[in-house]
Amino acid sequence: MVAQYERPSCLIEGKGVFFEESAVTKFEHKDLLGMGPLSVPEISLILDTAESLKAISARDIKKVPTLRGKSVVNFFYEPSTRTRISFDVAAKQLSADTLSLSATTSSMVKGETLLDTARNLQAMRPDLIVLRHPSSGAPHMLAKEVEAGIINAGDGINEHPTQALLDLYTIREKLGRIHGVKVVIIGDISHSRVARSNIIGLTKMGAEVTVSGPPTMMPVGIESLGVRVTPDPAQAVQGKDVVMLLRIQLERQSKVLFPSVREYASFFGLTTEMLQGANEGAIVMHPGPLNRGVEITPEVADGPYSVILDQVANGVAVRMAVLYLLIGGAKGDNVDQGR
Amino acid sequence: MITWIRGGNLVDPVKGTVEQVDVIVENGKISRMLPPGVFQEEGPGISRIEASGRMVVPGLIDMHVHLREPGHEYKETIASGARAAAAGGYTAIACMPNTAPPNDCRAVTEFILEQAERAGWVRVYPIAAISKGQAGETLTDFGELKAAGAVGVSDDGFPVVNSELMRRALEYASFYGLRVISHCEDRGLSGNGVMHEGVVSTRIGLAGIPDASEDIMVYREIALSRLTGRPVHIAHVSTAGSVDLIRRAKKKGIRVTAETAPHYFTLDHRRVIGYDTLAKVNPPLRSPEDVEAIKAGLREGVIDAIATDHAPHSSLEKEVEFDRAAFGMIGLQTALPLTLQLVRDRVLGLAEAIGKLSWAGATILGVPGGRLVEGGNADLAVIDLDYEYPFEADRILSKSKNSPFIGEVLKGIAELTMVGGKVVWEKR
Repeated sequence: MVAQYERPSCLIEGKGVFFEESAVTKFEHKDLLGMGPLSVPEISLILDTAESLKAISARDIKKVPTLRGKSVVNFFYEPSTRTRISFDVAAKQLSADTLSLSATTSSMVKGETLLDTARNLQAMRPDLIVLRHPSSGAPHMLAKEVEAGIINAGDGINEHPTQALLDLYTIREKLGRIHGVKVVIIGDISHSRVARSNIIGLTKMGAEVTVSGPPTMMPVGIESLGVRVTPDPAQAVQGKDVVMLLRIQLERQSKVLFPSVREYASFFGLTTEMLQGANEGAIVMHPGPLNRGVEITPEVADGPYSVILDQVANGVAVRMAVLYLLIGGAKGDNVDQGR
Repeated sequence: MITWIRGGNLVDPVKGTVEQVDVIVENGKISRMLPPGVFQEEGPGISRIEASGRMVVPGLIDMHVHLREPGHEYKETIASGARAAAAGGYTAIACMPNTAPPNDCRAVTEFILEQAERAGWVRVYPIAAISKGQAGETLTDFGELKAAGAVGVSDDGFPVVNSELMRRALEYASFYGLRVISHCEDRGLSGNGVMHEGVVSTRIGLAGIPDASEDIMVYREIALSRLTGRPVHIAHVSTAGSVDLIRRAKKKGIRVTAETAPHYFTLDHRRVIGYDTLAKVNPPLRSPEDVEAIKAGLREGVIDAIATDHAPHSSLEKEVEFDRAAFGMIGLQTALPLTLQLVRDRVLGLAEAIGKLSWAGATILGVPGGRLVEGGNADLAVIDLDYEYPFEADRILSKSKNSPFIGEVLKGIAELTMVGGKVVWEKR
């Protein structure tokens, strides 16, 4: 037969298969393109590694020599503050050399293609390229073409794996577990790479995931990823341990998905009142940047439920872990040799 | 000069038969078709083509190709496309008007015919634009285009948005006997979609093109055909919904015909996983259920023809991010083996399959060929049904190599292609 391809396992399994958390010490990936290719033990390894690295940020001298002599290119085709700075800080704390490229400072503005830019970068032999790109699949294309490892720092509406990893880390840190935790994700599920990575990561790790938002923002067949759909956010929040909000992308929203920001805010914005239905000790998460008064009221953003700034802090630790595991030399070395 | 095609199994799509017949070709025409053993002449004026164990079929006719000339000769020229067609068993191809400039006037139609004449590989039939500049506003000069040699009109690649313009095109074209071919797509619904909207687009984060984007326009064309009583042809059918609509329209006697392309009955949207831009095509590869519906449509005769929608693009358009890549794939050298797979899978009989690749296109466009008859043009192909080969890029004669089938093992090939009695292609 002519058409031969592997069936994507994610489509068949629905919910992830759980393994006993085992102490794997090997991380045999060249790239981190998405949550899909990661196994449960590998995700656990990243989170464990992040935990041991988090202490570094708390020290007076926030630097260890682990990645000395390694180079990391931050290649951002889309505006980003949080993620770019987070990767930069993470790499610098591990003593890697970093350099930043953006679409406007690179030869992209002169009409160079992504592949040509990447091949030129490759010629300078970086160890890792951290890529943020508006096209889904761009990091996958790059990964096939260059020897350097690729970290997907957000591709189009596809994935943003380090965001999901830092969210998993934060959930584990705050609630002590991921397995069995009840999570609701509210917002534009269709156009959110954060949602997609979190859905894959959370279901893999055994969390129960519900998605909520206007039907115009629900992708076709989202249930096939192992989630439940509850359009009414107040109802969806009921009995949840984690309420994860997505940024409403005002800048790229086409008019037809919802009539007005005002209407979205009044029906889907998370209020203190809605949170009453959540479980005792529930946490509120947001990948940032916030649209205060749109998807989240200021009271909730600054309230006791909110772990939004913890997410940012954990982002550095998780990205350090990912950098270390991808290019950290001999696996199994002591992570923190600078002690 | 006599050419004797000896011992082959002649496929007649009209009678639905496959029987051993010797074909005698003289002066570009088929002079005699004889039972084996009757023709015994030898001599210097007789060249012999051994066809025993092979199928002798009417030259394939592709009613939907893009040749890119004038304007994008780096992707394909009329000569390179025509040569790829000959290698695929085709003896005639109809080229769509979305060139630069588009084929919306007599000068371009004549240019295409001159270039085709110069190239000489296969017969080329220009399809002219429905609207000037394919802008969807004013009709082109159908009469003049017909006189210049156009066989149909289409704004392929740019759906006609204005329903009144389409209505008038159907009415006006019928006066000249030009078939109107519709690219059915509601661009508002397609939006910035780059693949079929479904579980796979949801999973891999690509914007989707819903099946309804095609269905809606198929229904519009059916409604306009009914309203005007004029025939309409639906290009590249890809959805179960379209098959259903066309089936019902045909039952009611509405004069609608339809084509699909081999990729729509061979591949589904899972082929896009991995972001392979070679699998990016418009309409997009649909769900496995759609693929089954297309096969059913072919089997039941709801879908009349198999055309390639051969759409060459160079690495400039394909070696880029998925959402920035051009839509389209080449198909002239893969259509025959992929269609023969339907025969092996018992979806179609052999004569039926060959008919969808030849007779159907000839009938719909009103061009000669599609059947081998005494006195008719000697446009034919000799096919080896059992020849198996890995389809590698070095086999591709198009200037562009954008085929998702590269690396696949294909079965069935045109060993020889003859146009007007002249052998234009022989497999090495």
